[in-house]
Amino acid sequence: MRSITKFLAATLVAGLTAAAQASDLDVSDWTKIEKAAADQTVYFNAWGGSENINAYLEWVGGEMQRRYNVKVTQVKLDDTASAVSKVVAEKAAGKNEGGSVDLIWINGENFASMKRQGLLLTPGWASSLPNWNYVDVENQPTTLTDFTEATDGLESPWGGAKMVFFYDGARTDKAGLPDNAAQLLEWAKRNPGRFSYPAPPDFIGSSFLKQVLSEVIDDRAKLLEPVAEVNFERNVEPLFAYLDELHKVAWRSGKAFPLNYPDMKQKLGDGELDIIFAFNPAEASSAIAAGELPDTVRSFTFSSGTLGNTHFVAIPYNANAREGALLVANFLISPEAQLRKQNPQYWGDPTVLSMTKLPDADRGAFQALDLGVATLTPDKLGPVISEPHASWMERIETEWRRRYASGN
Amino acid sequence: MTRIQPNSLKGSRAVAVYARSATLLTVALLTLPLTLGLLGTILPALGYLPALGGHEFGLDQFEALLVVPGLKASVLLSLVSGFAATAISVAVTALFLAAFAGTRVLSRLQHALSPLLAIPHAAAAFGLAFLIAPSGYLIRLAAPFAGIDRPPDLLILHDPLGISMTAGLVLKEMPFLFLVSLAAFPQVDIPASRQLAASLGYGRIAGFLFLLWPGIYRQIRFAVYAVLAYSSSVVDVALILGPNLPGTLATRLLEWMNDPDLSARFLASAGAIVQLGVTATALLSWYAVERIGGAMLAALRDRGHRFRNDRTLRIAAASAVIITCATVFSGIAILFLWSVAGSWQFPYLLPQELTLRTWQNALPRIVTLLVTTLTAGAISTLIALLLTIGCLERETETGQSGGQNALLLLYLPLMVPQITFLFGLQLLFIGSGTSHRFAALILVHLVFVLPYVFLSLSDAWRQFDRRYDVLAVAIGRSRLSALLAIRLPMLTRAILTAFAVGFAVSVGQYLPTVLIGEGRLQTITTEAVALASGGNRRVIGVYALLQTLLPFIAFAFASLVPALLYRNRRAMQV
Repeated sequence: MRSITKFLAATLVAGLTAAAQASDLDVSDWTKIEKAAADQTVYFNAWGGSENINAYLEWVGGEMQRRYNVKVTQVKLDDTASAVSKVVAEKAAGKNEGGSVDLIWINGENFASMKRQGLLLTPGWASSLPNWNYVDVENQPTTLTDFTEATDGLESPWGGAKMVFFYDGARTDKAGLPDNAAQLLEWAKRNPGRFSYPAPPDFIGSSFLKQVLSEVIDDRAKLLEPVAEVNFERNVEPLFAYLDELHKVAWRSGKAFPLNYPDMKQKLGDGELDIIFAFNPAEASSAIAAGELPDTVRSFTFSSGTLGNTHFVAIPYNANAREGALLVANFLISPEAQLRKQNPQYWGDPTVLSMTKLPDADRGAFQALDLGVATLTPDKLGPVISEPHASWMERIETEWRRRYASGN
Repeated sequence: MTRIQPNSLKGSRAVAVYARSATLLTVALLTLPLTLGLLGTILPALGYLPALGGHEFGLDQFEALLVVPGLKASVLLSLVSGFAATAISVAVTALFLAAFAGTRVLSRLQHALSPLLAIPHAAAAFGLAFLIAPSGYLIRLAAPFAGIDRPPDLLILHDPLGISMTAGLVLKEMPFLFLVSLAAFPQVDIPASRQLAASLGYGRIAGFLFLLWPGIYRQIRFAVYAVLAYSSSVVDVALILGPNLPGTLATRLLEWMNDPDLSARFLASAGAIVQLGVTATALLSWYAVERIGGAMLAALRDRGHRFRNDRTLRIAAASAVIITCATVFSGIAILFLWSVAGSWQFPYLLPQELTLRTWQNALPRIVTLLVTTLTAGAISTLIALLLTIGCLERETETGQSGGQNALLLLYLPLMVPQITFLFGLQLLFIGSGTSHRFAALILVHLVFVLPYVFLSLSDAWRQFDRRYDVLAVAIGRSRLSALLAIRLPMLTRAILTAFAVGFAVSVGQYLPTVLIGEGRLQTITTEAVALASGGNRRVIGVYALLQTLLPFIAFAFASLVPALLYRNRRAMQV
């Protein structure tokens, strides 16, 4: 028994010596990477809660196998943080090579946390990817700054996101739809029990809080800096005043909240909710195609702007198939993969590529895409409000829990 | 023919060695992973986890835990709902058995309840949710009469008091306790006690509770403790039906373990220790309730109350059991409807269009899942059977069954909340640097499969008429051949049932598979829970049905094979 205790202690101590090892990887030598990647298996850790995304990743796997002889296996997560946890556990156990996670679908808090803990492959590699030339860094600043955290090339953009709202035109009058957070509250008062948001720390739920905060805070610039403790209470006071009002007229009177976006989608379909929102403008069209929502569902957004961000893929410092993961990351931003991803038939996720940088044929293909009846075209999506610094999300979530989820 | 032949001597020695090593291995399996896992949780709880910068021991984490908003509410919720679910399950089981033991009603319901064991908790919970939600089936049934065209804004699921969660737990735990109690029936003389009670003028329920229940309860009490431990620390049912403002302690532990802010790991570990305390408190309170209940029963008995008029109570007990069965089965039926539904809006009673699309999308993807599920289940259950048979053979040899202590040991992995020791175990597994992930998965499944296989097989084994063994030895056969040629064939039915039980347990494992399989070994259950986070009812329907189907097949196999094997042996048929 004692020797086993010793062993346990040893494995914990091993973490002490864990440090990012000197990388012998030259990202600019692409031929070498392609050669080294052959026959590797890339374990792509990605949220697995959506069948169409899983199917898209299967297509990616097939293409990678065919083109580069790289096998891609999706490790389906119910929460991205569990992939982060795996890397942490490995670092704790001193496993600095041959880790079990090769590629993670990531952004925001999780990225900031991994970057801070030194859990990512260094030095930055994203801008060395051959397909980086097509990325729209000029018009989509969020491809370089993830929730105010500089990406430093430690993650490669994969898709765009913009908050949009959905309603069922057969049930809800288009004329009365809100155009900003304040009008949304008025709308909820006129239609009690028909609006809600997922309980934080769900990503979409927290985003709703940030959207409201961005609209009601006295100076939006404050959100781009880390939270200042001294003024925190006063800065978020308008947000919680808003929520206090909203909960009185929300679904289940604010005593329960939807679990996440798909749960809200189901509730829109069931008629429990009348206005829901998502981060993917094509969500409603995909859901109509899948028979989950009636074809009378339409989208709208706020003319004064809604939150927008980018989601990425990153490679852990101890990834086993680094070269394979780089190849996959590069393929994910190829015009072909991005085109298929933006097609609502497969997924409908907005591209991170710049139309002006693309070859003519590819640009034409993008412009010819049928985005679906319920999807707003890119020019109708409205202005982008930048994501607040990641520290805001943490503090608001805690404050939300303290106020609404302490069981008092 | 008393001369022992060399061959038979060898065979007997082989059996003795096998039996002894199986017993040792079993004890090791039941205690070591648990102890090591707990150690791996306690160290970070005390602040020691160097990889995350924790080098010093201290109680800071517990102090941090105390100021977490809503912690008290979470603890209370876990405690009360776990306790209530157990108390209701025990009470209904006791009353129902008291009312109907020895009658045809019981043997009929036994057939209806046994399949319920095969249904995974998550599937049963989803079924219940689809039934009772404001947009669910019951309200759809009532809609035309009440003039409802949209789901009412009612707080039914995720209610703050955890009532629907408690109901969801009772749905699964009551049938379990019912079947465990039935297994204890051979230890008591029902017809004689029934006659005695009736001749003295006692009502059916009172007679049973006074004369038989104390003896039966002694047999099932560890099972009750396991139910209590499970209910006070359950994750999946709590996520599907339970409150989330705040949720139960176990769901919050998982949240902290998954928190992007990695320092929450320390909090999670400290929380796991609190969870251990919650479950211990629940067990201690239950122990007190046992005492008080026993004393009350004795007091009623000693005063000579006969409770002759118990018709209402009998009907109530029967209704409770029938409602349970009906709820679970209609829940499964609705799961099936969703799995083939195209568009299905409120308040339609049937899908507006039927489609196989969801199944077609899922089927190509489940092949690898099925392979992992089946091999992990089959191998871990086979090993569990080998170990169990060895232990039981050792028991036969020494004539000692280990009594209550052995039983406690068996229930140990079931009485300590999974979530409190699996994280430590995961750290150990990674630390060992081994690449034998599949072997590790089988090992960790074995920890949970073994107790069920043992409990399922031991009664039949102990009731086996030892004179067959004596006879075999008397005609010069070795213990090995007595075991292989006589005992095992005659116990085929019991062994196959134990296999089905073990297999069902393995299929249902979520946390052990996720943590040790590290997401690379995926089973139907891990896939079902991952997809459940997407909330798509059609997909949930498909996977919950698959999850239910596998154990079902194993149980069907266990009842069909003996029927075929024994078709020429009338005395072996049931």
